[in-house]
Order: sequence, then C-alpha cells, then structure tokens
Amino acid sequence: MMIDILYFASVKERMGIAGESVDIEQSITGEGLIDILSDKGEPWLSVLSDSRLLVAINQEMASLEDGIVEGDEVAFFPPVTGG
Amino acid sequence: MRISIKVQTKIFDAASEANTLRSGIALTGALVEFTGFVRDVSEGSQVSAMYLEHYPGMTEKSLHNIAEQAISRWQVFGVSVIHRVGRLGPAEPIVYVAVIGEHRREAFEACEFIMDFLKKDAPFWKKEWNEKDEAQWVAAKESDESAVARW
Repeated sequence: MMIDILYFASVKERMGIAGESVDIEQSITGEGLIDILSDKGEPWLSVLSDSRLLVAINQEMASLEDGIVEGDEVAFFPPVTGG
Repeated sequence: MRISIKVQTKIFDAASEANTLRSGIALTGALVEFTGFVRDVSEGSQVSAMYLEHYPGMTEKSLHNIAEQAISRWQVFGVSVIHRVGRLGPAEPIVYVAVIGEHRREAFEACEFIMDFLKKDAPFWKKEWNEKDEAQWVAAKESDESAVARW
C-alpha cells in the first residue's frame, strides 16, 4: 500500500526532495516507516535519525509510535519556529 | 463566536483586522491584540531578510484548533490570527493575534495562550539571512516548548 510522505524546511533541504511515495506491505508505525526509509541509505539514514525530528500524520502532530495506514499523509520536519 | 485564520504573504493592517473582528458583536468590552515583528538582530548578527516556510493545510488546521481551544476555555467571543509566509524584511509584521471578549483578563490570557501554542505547534519554519547573505534555519527555543506548561 502507498504512503505519501512530505518533508519540510531543513529536513526537505537535506533530503533534496519535498516528498515521495513509499510502498509498504502492511500498517506500520512512524518508527517503522523511518526504518524502511533508512534502509535506502543516505541522506535518509542521517536526516531521519535526528532526535528532534517531528512527525505529523494526516496534518496532525503525531508520535513515532502512532500507526500509519493506507492513504495516510505523513510529514517529517524539524521543530517549528513560527510566531 | 468568530474565528478568522489567515496565512498570507502580503502585509496586514492590524487596525482593519480588529475592526472586522469587532463588527456586529455586542458586549465587546475588551480587545487584546498582539503583533510580532521580524527582528533586525538575531543571535548577535544583523538580519537582512527572512523566509517563512509552512505546511499548507496543516498550518490552517493547527491555528484553527488553537483558536477553538482558547474560545472553549475563556469567555471570549472572537479570535483573529494572521501569520505571514514567504519572504519578509526586517521590522515587518509577521504575526497578529486578536481576541475580543467581555473582560480584559480573559482576553489577555486567551491571547497569550494562542501565541504560546502557535509557537510550539503551528508548522512554520524561519530561515534568516545575515548581512553577509549567509542563510540559516532558525533553531527552535527550549523556552517556547516549555512555555505551554503553564496552561
């Protein structure tokens, strides 16, 4: 099943792409998705291992333990700095 | 109850926003407004320009959710939030929050609550250029993350 992934700000710059689609076999957690992406090597490996990395699922702040299912929009980004 | 959320590149006029928020609402005893501006000095170096990236869709949802929480928690009638994105110059207004209510204390607190959560949860990211034209993403402050603890 396909998952749409978006990257923002410094994460997007370091990845060199604004997003991608990943085909996964079954529902996984954010952590599991990071593992799959990290298997592709750099830059995924180092960018996604940042301890301050935040994740949103379907445009809501989420935790890396939250589940991701088919059709979800997942976004990875650094801590926010608005205001 | 009135909520207005705007994410825009163009500069805003606080006075007209406040008028729009107040129009047609009786019993508005208090209007509290906050406007944030782009600093011209950051971490000791001169800021020549700023760029604000955001997550379209999630940004609006997040701001709306924060405004709704403020309205459910305090006796306030309306909230207006404007946040600019794109390229901004030093000293330009970047964020605006207005709250109307019957009494000042509730409106003050609701306005602070909105700003505290906006800084912690709304998906905006600032990039700054110094006078040598070197760009850098602004680092998140620990204090912004802990500020929400008081609510």
